[in-house]
Amino acid sequence: MSNTTRAGLALFAASSLILAGCAPASDSASEGSSSTESAASSSAATVTMWSHAAGNEQEIATVKEAITDFNASQSDYEVVLEEFPQESYNDSITAAAASNSLPCIVDVDGPVMPNWAWAGYMQPITISSELEDSLIAGAKGYYDGQLYSAGAWDAALGIFVRQSTLDAVGARVPTVDSPWTLEEFDALLAAVDATGEYDYAIDWGNGWTGEWFPYAYSPLMQSFGGDLIDRSTFESADGVINSPESIAFGEWFGSTFANGYANPAQTGDRTEFIAGTIAIQYNGNWASLDALANVDDLLIVPSPDLGNGTKVGAASWQFGVSSSCDQVDGANQFIEFILQDKYIVAFSERIGLIPATVAAAAQVPNYAPGGPLADFVSFSSEFAVKRPETPAYLAISTIYEKAIADIINGADAKRALDAAADEIDANLADNDFYQ
Amino acid sequence: MRKSLWGTSLEARSARAGIYFVLPAVGLLTLFMVVPVVMAFSLGFTNAKFASPNPTEFVGFDNFSEILALGVVEVDADPLDDGVAYDNLRTLTRPAAGTPYAGMQVLSENPSADGETVNFVVAGDSLFWKSLRNTLVFAGVIAPFQGGLALILALLINSKIRGRVFFRTVYFMPVVTSIVVVSILWIFFYQKDGLANELLGALVPGWTPIAFLAEPDLALPAIIFMSAWQAVGFHMIIWLAGLQTIPGELYEAAKVDGANGWQQFRAVTWPGLRTTFVFVLIIISIQAMGLFTQVNVMTQGGPLDSTTTLVFHIFREGFRKNDIGYSSAIAVVFFIIVVTISIIQRRLTREKGEVS
Repeated sequence: MSNTTRAGLALFAASSLILAGCAPASDSASEGSSSTESAASSSAATVTMWSHAAGNEQEIATVKEAITDFNASQSDYEVVLEEFPQESYNDSITAAAASNSLPCIVDVDGPVMPNWAWAGYMQPITISSELEDSLIAGAKGYYDGQLYSAGAWDAALGIFVRQSTLDAVGARVPTVDSPWTLEEFDALLAAVDATGEYDYAIDWGNGWTGEWFPYAYSPLMQSFGGDLIDRSTFESADGVINSPESIAFGEWFGSTFANGYANPAQTGDRTEFIAGTIAIQYNGNWASLDALANVDDLLIVPSPDLGNGTKVGAASWQFGVSSSCDQVDGANQFIEFILQDKYIVAFSERIGLIPATVAAAAQVPNYAPGGPLADFVSFSSEFAVKRPETPAYLAISTIYEKAIADIINGADAKRALDAAADEIDANLADNDFYQ
Repeated sequence: MRKSLWGTSLEARSARAGIYFVLPAVGLLTLFMVVPVVMAFSLGFTNAKFASPNPTEFVGFDNFSEILALGVVEVDADPLDDGVAYDNLRTLTRPAAGTPYAGMQVLSENPSADGETVNFVVAGDSLFWKSLRNTLVFAGVIAPFQGGLALILALLINSKIRGRVFFRTVYFMPVVTSIVVVSILWIFFYQKDGLANELLGALVPGWTPIAFLAEPDLALPAIIFMSAWQAVGFHMIIWLAGLQTIPGELYEAAKVDGANGWQQFRAVTWPGLRTTFVFVLIIISIQAMGLFTQVNVMTQGGPLDSTTTLVFHIFREGFRKNDIGYSSAIAVVFFIIVVTISIIQRRLTREKGEVS
């Protein structure tokens, strides 16, 4: 297909709601500078950058601060930012790639990166080996053995619950070393439901759509012993996504809705936990600042061990360099610049995400040892599993989302996952196995 | 022709002016109608991907045969265990099975009376058929429902009641509101604790709240109702324009002849609205066949595929799964279906002796 053809197609691209482990918009006013104007001389080469965080004031303010500082710190390059809302960001990149107008520096969601690298949108980045080593695994993206993206934070999921809720049903508080087992978790859901004090026992977050589904639910499936695709070859999902373990997960997950513990028609605002009408919430650390501020006896505990150890999804939004970038050096310099501890600290303090380096984590009170969110660091380091690092992931994500949505609405888990396996395998064959 | 176009005569100048006048319209139509249609037709015969380093290849009718493939399989079953029939079917439909049904998906199943066998209808793309069914149901219900409601509103507004400008504005307001905004609002209306349930609870004693969009049987009707509410004002205006072309003398003459309200409607209003009727019918049908935004915002085709539509399926295959070639092929099939329906409607509504 020619580029002009693609550009024509891209015009018709509608929004796909891609939601990854990232912060929601915050409405408190930004303390930081909002100016991206450069102090550099007019001879500086322009390095364009796109961000997915439009409307997320705290996140974008930090990015802008780093840009202002970077532009003032040297005179060779001037980084210029354009902001996009998260919902349409990925489509904008696809459209820009089709019409050959990609920016130099791109924001990329961790699991999506291999697809963009394979499709030729991105090139490997070059940062100092000290920086590369200091970043935690969830903040780095490798494809084909090369570093393509690096980020200032990682996200992690946990279970939000009130101490008083657990006390009322006599459940123990799980720890990183000893998470709830499947039996304990089932008993907890049943006991909480039996109190009659809540509309639903648990909010799984199924009101969110898009990337959230594989991000949140495929680790639970892996905890059952299942997975999305055969990770040794990335050439078949049959026998993996529809393995007995994956099907067992599907049946169990579906049963939490069929039993009335969770609401199949859950909405996306997810205010019920704080309001006290849902007892337990499965959510990410970006929601923790809000929960901490509003719930006195809040506990953030690890997801249950459903048989094969607790699993938590890793990788969030990261920075990379596009393949058409003509200022590669400047782009790499900026990525190194924004990954300094002071910006990592700023991102974490303002939006609650896990700092990408241990040194930065020590400077954030919430994440310092003993801090209220310190456990998230353990969830991330102990339990993190990445979504399959394959260009096929975009298709797998869509197909898996539909299978899980069907299971939530009462479809037979075996059939839904068989259908997903067939669809993924057909897509793989159709794309020459993304070689 | 050439001579008259390029000359300086009055005739030539007016011919040129004519061309200048149609140029913007023809240009825009070419860019946004002709080019996409031609592209869809040509891409439908390829395996084009939205983003891929692999070269696009011509695949002939492969996409079309997958879309349209249907089959019926009878397999042994166990009346006591409904998993058995599916397991037997699965050995035939597994992609590597090597049977004619390999890779096909279940569309529907009918157990025999004794439960010893099950007849499965399988399809190459079960979502296509489900989408087609939902789209036809949507169009089939909404055309008379919305068209009829619009006519009633137009008749009310056309009568000389006080405040009719106010009512006209109120009925037209949803039309000028973004359908995305309207869809998001109606998501809240349809929730278990939403406005719809509050209203029904006040009207119907002992009403149990329902999450309308989460019920496979109710999600599509809910979208139909909301869509009709949103678009009814537009067709009301068209009916109103039709009503105002009917000369007042005809009504006066009918009154002199002693016709009552219903007889006036039957004998004067309805025949006078004939061309408007054809226009409204065809426009509503075509618009209804293109149902997408409400589904994309409100249900994503769920629950259990009960609201998936052809355009949503095209969108999902093309932009979510990157398969532009395949989704173009669906678009071609969709185009043929819509054109066929429009031609049938036009034939059925054509007056004797009229040339269409």
